[in-house]
Amino acid sequence: MSSLAKAIETGDLTQLPSRRDEDWRWTDLRGLIRTLPGASPEAALTTPGPFAALGLDALTVVNGRTIDGGFPGIVAEGGGESVMAVRFVSATDRTAHRAHIVVEVEAGAKLTLLESYEGAAEGYLSSVEIDFAVGEGASLERIIIADDAAEAVSVSIADVSLAPGATYAQTVLTTGARRQRIETRVSHPGQHASVRLDGAYLLRGQRHADLTTTVTHSGLDGQTAQLTKGVVHDQARGVFQGRIVVEKGADRTDARMGHHALILSDRAEIDARPELLIFADDVQCAHGNTVGALDENALFYARQRGIPLDEARAMLTHAFLGEVVDRIEHEGAREVAAAWVAKQLGRGE
Amino acid sequence: MLSINNLHASVGDKPILKGLTLDVPAGEVHAIMGPNGAGKSTLSYVLTGRDGYEVTDGSATLDGVDLLGQEPEERAARGLYLSFQYPLEIPGVPALTFIRTAVNAQRKARGEAEISAPEFLKKARAVAGSLKIDFEMLKRALNVSFSGGEKKRMEIFQMAMLEPRFLILDETDSGLDIDALRIVSEGVNAMRSPDRAMLVITHYQRLLDYIRPDRVHVMSAGRIVASGGPELAHELEKEGYDKYVRAAA
Repeated sequence: MSSLAKAIETGDLTQLPSRRDEDWRWTDLRGLIRTLPGASPEAALTTPGPFAALGLDALTVVNGRTIDGGFPGIVAEGGGESVMAVRFVSATDRTAHRAHIVVEVEAGAKLTLLESYEGAAEGYLSSVEIDFAVGEGASLERIIIADDAAEAVSVSIADVSLAPGATYAQTVLTTGARRQRIETRVSHPGQHASVRLDGAYLLRGQRHADLTTTVTHSGLDGQTAQLTKGVVHDQARGVFQGRIVVEKGADRTDARMGHHALILSDRAEIDARPELLIFADDVQCAHGNTVGALDENALFYARQRGIPLDEARAMLTHAFLGEVVDRIEHEGAREVAAAWVAKQLGRGE
Repeated sequence: MLSINNLHASVGDKPILKGLTLDVPAGEVHAIMGPNGAGKSTLSYVLTGRDGYEVTDGSATLDGVDLLGQEPEERAARGLYLSFQYPLEIPGVPALTFIRTAVNAQRKARGEAEISAPEFLKKARAVAGSLKIDFEMLKRALNVSFSGGEKKRMEIFQMAMLEPRFLILDETDSGLDIDALRIVSEGVNAMRSPDRAMLVITHYQRLLDYIRPDRVHVMSAGRIVASGGPELAHELEKEGYDKYVRAAA
């Protein structure tokens, strides 16, 4: 159980992670949450969710409960291809809830999972935990759109266990919350399993988003590719913590990590910690991390062509984040994601 | 058309333009030649409104309307176009998308209707053909990993699509081989018209064999120090800038 889930379960504030916890030092919950709100009631679903246009079957969780008391999990059976939505909706102001679901992709199956975090209320606390198991030769693509409320505290932690030859791909798109963390821990067996972990955060106001990932390579011939991009405005804060561990004996691992962010205001902040911990000898690992502003020369060039400053900024920002969206494999989801990013930037598609 | 009077401008604390006066009437092509450091590129940036170039005295008007108080995009919408010496790369934005955004932004600023997608594409195909630009290239991110010559051709392509009224060509010949120079010059010459004018900034006389100027001005130490007909360019090619540099000092 995650520390936030424990605090919600027991009412014990001291369970919350604080800045003294190394892995949470930039996403301090103990200092923010002075009292725990009451438990969220049952609530009705009133909104369609970001992937509604695709008309998919969905596992819907409102205030921590599955709708109609359904099974809190998804099983994709061997040999089949499926696309499903999973929705975590927070529907009641100033209450707390937690959910724990399981997703199993059986050997040889292929699942595309469109996951959303939907803030239909203000100031809630939400804890979500998901256990993923991806079987031998199976494939899971997970696309997350996080639309939490500005005053929400929202933590989602995924534990991903891969079998040999499995493929796991993930794209997180988020606008943050008062505090938000989307964490992914992958245990990577190597043996031609492959992982892609992407993300984009676009934060305004006083929003905060923390994308934390840990990939632990324990076997030969594993592959991980990671690209996270972020844009922060106003007094927003983006946190990226990417850790790739290559254990002793996990030779011929190929792991690449990139995090690139734009700071578009003097008062916005980015905290980034890319880590490669390599205990094997024969590996190819690289990471790149850049934080900067929009290119003034490119902005002037666009303005000289007649494009107003705000539009030029939005165009360059859109292009910057577009690289992450373009890597989404599922076409319908990629289109929804592209439209969602465009909308956040005030640009029609 | 373009009228510059006693223009003074600084970059940081350093005065670069020191009382430049120049008139380019509609229908004419004027060349500005001069040694490195004369302030030629500064003039193009001051006219187009780049940040960091501070006007300390004088005026510049296009069709009698003050340019210097306007934002860069407002000047562009009035028809001012700069072909950059070093065109910028715009990662992630296809050339066609960029140019269509620019065309429509200018039209909007002028209170005109947007260009339709089919109309835009038809024109883009025709212009690309005349400049020998592979249409596929226009679907790639603008100028990203284009060669020097391709970037210059894209500057002319954008110019033809935007149909500006006053063109500034800043060292457009640099980086071009002789075939590309001919294609680019033909593109520029096709834009010549009685209600349009151009300022061609160049280091060498070579470009002026292709784009024939009506007037040639010599710039040195931030001012126009001599003006004449096309023959002045040939004289400079033979004799160099020395006597003007000494005279301006």
